[in-house]
Amino acid sequence: MSRERLQGAEPAHTLEADGLSLAYDGREVIGDLDLTIPDGDVTVIVGANACGKSTLLRGIARLLRPSAGIVRLDDRQISTYPAKEFARVVGILPQSPIAPDGITVADLVGRGRHPHQGLFRSWSSADGAIVADAMAATSTTELAGRRVGELSGGQRQRVWVAMALAQDTDILLLDEPTTFLDVTHQIELLDLLAELNHTRKKTIVMVLHDLNLAARYAHHLVVMAHGEVVATGAPADVLTPELVQRAFGLESHIIPDPVCGTPMVIPIGRFHRPAPISY
Amino acid sequence: MTVVKHTDADTRSSRAPSAPATSRRRIVIALLGLLVVVLAALSVSVGAYTLTPSDLVLTLIGQGSGSDNVIVFRLRLPRVVLGILAGAAFAIAGALFQTILRNDLASPDIIGISGGASVSAATAILVFGASGAIVSLSAFAGALVVAAAIYLLSWRDGVSGYRFVLIGVGVAFLIQSALGYLLTRGEVKEVSQALVWMVGGVGGAKWPDIAVLAGTLVVLLPLVAALAPRLRVLQLGDDTAGGLGVPVEATRLALVGIAVALCATATAFVGPIAFVAFVSAPIARRVVRDGSLALVPSALVGAALVVAADFLAQHALPGELQVPAGILTGVLGAPYLLWLLATTNKGDRSA
Ligand SMILES: Nc1ncnc2c1ncn2[C@@H]1O[C@H](COP(=O)(O)OP(=O)(O)OP(=O)(O)O)[C@@H](O)[C@H]1O
Ligand SMILES: [Mg+2]
Repeated sequence: MSRERLQGAEPAHTLEADGLSLAYDGREVIGDLDLTIPDGDVTVIVGANACGKSTLLRGIARLLRPSAGIVRLDDRQISTYPAKEFARVVGILPQSPIAPDGITVADLVGRGRHPHQGLFRSWSSADGAIVADAMAATSTTELAGRRVGELSGGQRQRVWVAMALAQDTDILLLDEPTTFLDVTHQIELLDLLAELNHTRKKTIVMVLHDLNLAARYAHHLVVMAHGEVVATGAPADVLTPELVQRAFGLESHIIPDPVCGTPMVIPIGRFHRPAPISY
Repeated sequence: MTVVKHTDADTRSSRAPSAPATSRRRIVIALLGLLVVVLAALSVSVGAYTLTPSDLVLTLIGQGSGSDNVIVFRLRLPRVVLGILAGAAFAIAGALFQTILRNDLASPDIIGISGGASVSAATAILVFGASGAIVSLSAFAGALVVAAAIYLLSWRDGVSGYRFVLIGVGVAFLIQSALGYLLTRGEVKEVSQALVWMVGGVGGAKWPDIAVLAGTLVVLLPLVAALAPRLRVLQLGDDTAGGLGVPVEATRLALVGIAVALCATATAFVGPIAFVAFVSAPIARRVVRDGSLALVPSALVGAALVVAADFLAQHALPGELQVPAGILTGVLGAPYLLWLLATTNKGDRSA
């Protein structure tokens, strides 16, 4: 499977939302939103707390039925796919998954193979290889026999990412995959996702809170505020002090990231020592 | 961190990831199975007339004396077999509810489904003077109606476990007052008949009842097995399960339906033996502790509980007192319920 992909047979998918509205109990959180996920890119969604990022992700992962509008995968409305067929193309790591009491790391990661199994096709050696691969990629191989409940928050988060990788989908949606991770593991995880995007042409869509990491890793940035997309495009084109003000209500300077030249947001805030340098 | 490419060596060395946990589970299953067999043998042998182990074996393979045959096949074996089947049915019903709704309080005997069976059976006995099969059918229908009512009342864009449990507990209280009303209005003789039914026990075991319950299990358990892979994914949360290709609401509805049918059928024949559905799966899961569904260990715990409770209720109480099994399971389950209520939400188990 992914071997062919490594040799350059690129999967091409289109995933787009058209006039999408999403509501909980009739209370609209997202209204009339249009969004196209660029194929083969890393898309990062940013926005203030409660602006609807997770809701949007759930909508395009068909976890939430739209109250209006449609989401299409490969020009076909996502609700018309059989559940497992959709789950072999689009995977999602939700914001707060649950680990059953006592489950081991290897067992949990293995459950990511569910959409590839059926009544007559149970665990195969190919499943084992993909699970081993996902665990190696997330440095969780040594944890295989440990109980998930006994891991640190960061280790646990990597195990969940391993489970999402084991699902082996061309499109991977991740809701705040870097929560609980220390700075090294944040960078490692984002590097891993960038690498998966690069070498296996996986389309990645993730929600991040760190604007500077978002700008660094995103090909395509989606900025949301109050249930609407307020800007999309390459981070360098999108991130301006005005936009940060509009989306986050935050005054900031924007300078080039000394490492890779992408925009870097320096928040100003009310309490800080007098600045020795002026930009 | 590097992305490892698949090699043939990886493929060859791969194994099902839960292998070590599985071996522990197998040992637990073997030990629990042995426990059920020992309890069953004890229950069939011990009594006013006690069979020796060799007499028991001879009788079971068709070589027993006439009186042994009557004692084993007419008097004692039906109780034991009914106890095993009902215990397993309660336990699996409880395990399914607790897993689907992700709440250990969400078992049919806590959220009013067994209560629905009781109220309906008590109405049949007290208001219509019914007995036998009519009482069983009423109990079955009562459980189904209450389960459907709770499901519909808690539906809001899908069913959340929390809402289901709260509404279920509310319904259970409502049912208690309805029962109280019925019992205070009834005739003494019928009230005592209804009370015995409501405690629950295997005293009235008859082979035709056993055949119906066994037939129900033969139909429903393969369905449970077929849905088990989805349930294993549902354990990870609704969103994770949906993302892994499980139709969450349809699966939940199917499993709730199966669990209600299991519980309602068992209740129809043995009454709502208290707390068996509630405690079996948590006990089994605490012993196995590998994050699995532990349905087989739960069923064995349920069977062992009912057989043991019936044995103790018949033989171990002081002063030759004989009571229905449900009194003993109640004594065991109530402290567990209190403990669970006292400790719930202290430790957050979500990741
Ligand atoms: N299951 C739910 N039921 C009802 N309302 C919800 C539900 N989930 C989210 N909401 C509401 O929808 C709005 C958007 O929530 P959402 O989780 O999408 O925000 P978010 O941008 O992901 O925020 P965060 O950065 O805190 O994760 C919030 O007002 C929230 O209260
Ligand atoms: Mg969110």
